[in-house]
Amino acid sequence: MMKVITRMTLATVPAIFLLFVLLAGCGTTGEVEDQASAETSASASTEASEPASTERADDQTATAEPMEPQTQMDPFEDPNNLLSQRVVYFDFDSSAIRDDALPVIRAHADYLASNSQVNFTLEGHADERGTREYNLALGERRADAVRRLLIANGVSPAQVRVVSYGEERPAVLGHDESAWSMNRRAELVYANR
Amino acid sequence: MENTSTQFTKAPAARIRKPVVISSVLLILLALTAGAYAKPLTITITQGIEAALPIAVVPFRVSGAVPPSEDLAQIVSNDLVRTGQFKAFPVKDMLSKPTDPATIKYQNWRILGVESLVIGQVENTGPDNYTISFWLQDVFQAKQMVAYKIPATSKTLRAAAHKISDIVYEQLTGVKGAFSTRIAYVTAEGDFREKRYSLWIADSDGENAQEILRSKEPIMSPSWSPDGKRIAYASLEQGGAQKVYIQNWQTTEREQVKTPLSGLHGAPSWSPKGDKLAFTITKNGNADIYTLHLKTQKMRKLTTHWAIDTEPVWTPDGGSIIFTSDRGGRPQLYRVAADGGKPRRLTFEGRENLKAAVSPDGKMIAMVHDSGNGNGYQIATMELDSGAMQILTEGRLDESPSFAPNGSMIIYATTGRRGELAAVSVDGKIKQSLSYQEDVREPAWSPFNN
Repeated sequence: MMKVITRMTLATVPAIFLLFVLLAGCGTTGEVEDQASAETSASASTEASEPASTERADDQTATAEPMEPQTQMDPFEDPNNLLSQRVVYFDFDSSAIRDDALPVIRAHADYLASNSQVNFTLEGHADERGTREYNLALGERRADAVRRLLIANGVSPAQVRVVSYGEERPAVLGHDESAWSMNRRAELVYANR
Repeated sequence: MENTSTQFTKAPAARIRKPVVISSVLLILLALTAGAYAKPLTITITQGIEAALPIAVVPFRVSGAVPPSEDLAQIVSNDLVRTGQFKAFPVKDMLSKPTDPATIKYQNWRILGVESLVIGQVENTGPDNYTISFWLQDVFQAKQMVAYKIPATSKTLRAAAHKISDIVYEQLTGVKGAFSTRIAYVTAEGDFREKRYSLWIADSDGENAQEILRSKEPIMSPSWSPDGKRIAYASLEQGGAQKVYIQNWQTTEREQVKTPLSGLHGAPSWSPKGDKLAFTITKNGNADIYTLHLKTQKMRKLTTHWAIDTEPVWTPDGGSIIFTSDRGGRPQLYRVAADGGKPRRLTFEGRENLKAAVSPDGKMIAMVHDSGNGNGYQIATMELDSGAMQILTEGRLDESPSFAPNGSMIIYATTGRRGELAAVSVDGKIKQSLSYQEDVREPAWSPFNN
């Protein structure tokens, strides 16, 4: 998810989010893509569909390598794998971990605990309301809440680096709750991903 | 001030941009472009007062071989009009354009409703030397209020004009003028995922903007040293880790404020004496306020609370620090003695109050205020004695209030089509907008004497 977010243009953000919401709720990927592309502008659809591109490769290009059934997909790119989700969302002025974030955090905790050589950064973010320095502290508090939960689940403190961007790096532009809810977040950023 | 011609031997107007010395430290991370000039901020009055004083600033007489590159009378006129407290009589409607007090026909100016008259001369006295003479005349009493001579070079002509504005303003309003001051602000350009941030210092009229820092990571919370020579600010340039830096804005040399503690360092604020810095260190989900003596490096932890304590600001007597804390559930303002003690809550009105600025006389604070009725965040003031609160602005995301050093105006950040600056008089009657071609934010008004 992180990789996608950094690449996408403003117009594709809601579409991407929708894509993931739909992915979470639907059974088959094909159906999801159809629905998502209906919501996505033509120019945005190539980027928007990237997470599923490996699955579609054989459909689109004749020269694509044939997919072997037993090929293991990169868990960080596989939309059906929780590791592909690297953003945790928060309520207004809150750093409490929401129930809906627990499975994702646990999945990363399991991965990190069994891959202790992997280091990562937790980036805290806030929506634009309130002041910049307060939001910077709030973002740090959010990232730290995720850090604590990861450590409680076996991750070594030495693997984690915490930073905060406060309100400076919104994921979505906008001055309403739909944008704000996407911006109150902590992102797990793995090196080289 | 005396009604005699006074030589401006100590005129700080002589402040010019010195040749830039680029510190090698700076070159490592940041593409420095000190000396680069951007389009200035454009300042317009969006709300003035009806009783604005009618004044005429007559174009100055120019003599000598090298005429001045600046129209001093125009600069003075613009300065005064920009305050919203003056209306300038149009030059094209002037019946005469006196440049010597002896030739003023006061009756003509009375008929035109002009109450005050500024006249002057600029004499080129050497290769790059000018002598500026000006007179401020009371039209109805037909007498001189003040007269001064100011020496200048081509590079200090604008500063000399602001000095004239300061004198005229103080004579006519009783309040010290703040035209010879500067503002610091941060701009952000480019796509919202790949912004480029710059820290600027500009004259109070938005001119002479000088970029002193450029970074791909956010820059915030500029704070002026009391002598106006240095700026402390927070920057995320170290891989997103917020750290505090102190920079001499003229030489652009700077250093990081280092402490024995890891964690994010932000929200710097200079003590009134200039010997200490207050700032926030955030670690493990907890933000607390510290003070650091810059010479002795002695550090003091001022707050110890699980809540977010941040945005410290000193009172002018140096005795206490006002800060933002959410220890009561929502962010509100608290006050603590600068040498430690139990913080006391200052604000009770409204859902949230954040980021205080203290007026130069220490009697009032400005803050970011959320009344809780769904209107977002505005700038409000509160008298510290009475607790009387007044909301001064109407934006939805107004923030970063900073007082002019004469206490007359508050500059702040607001949002229109993009981030803009605005200023409002402390009584809320006069409003200015300061726009720029890109996002602009985090304004900080310099002290006097810089």
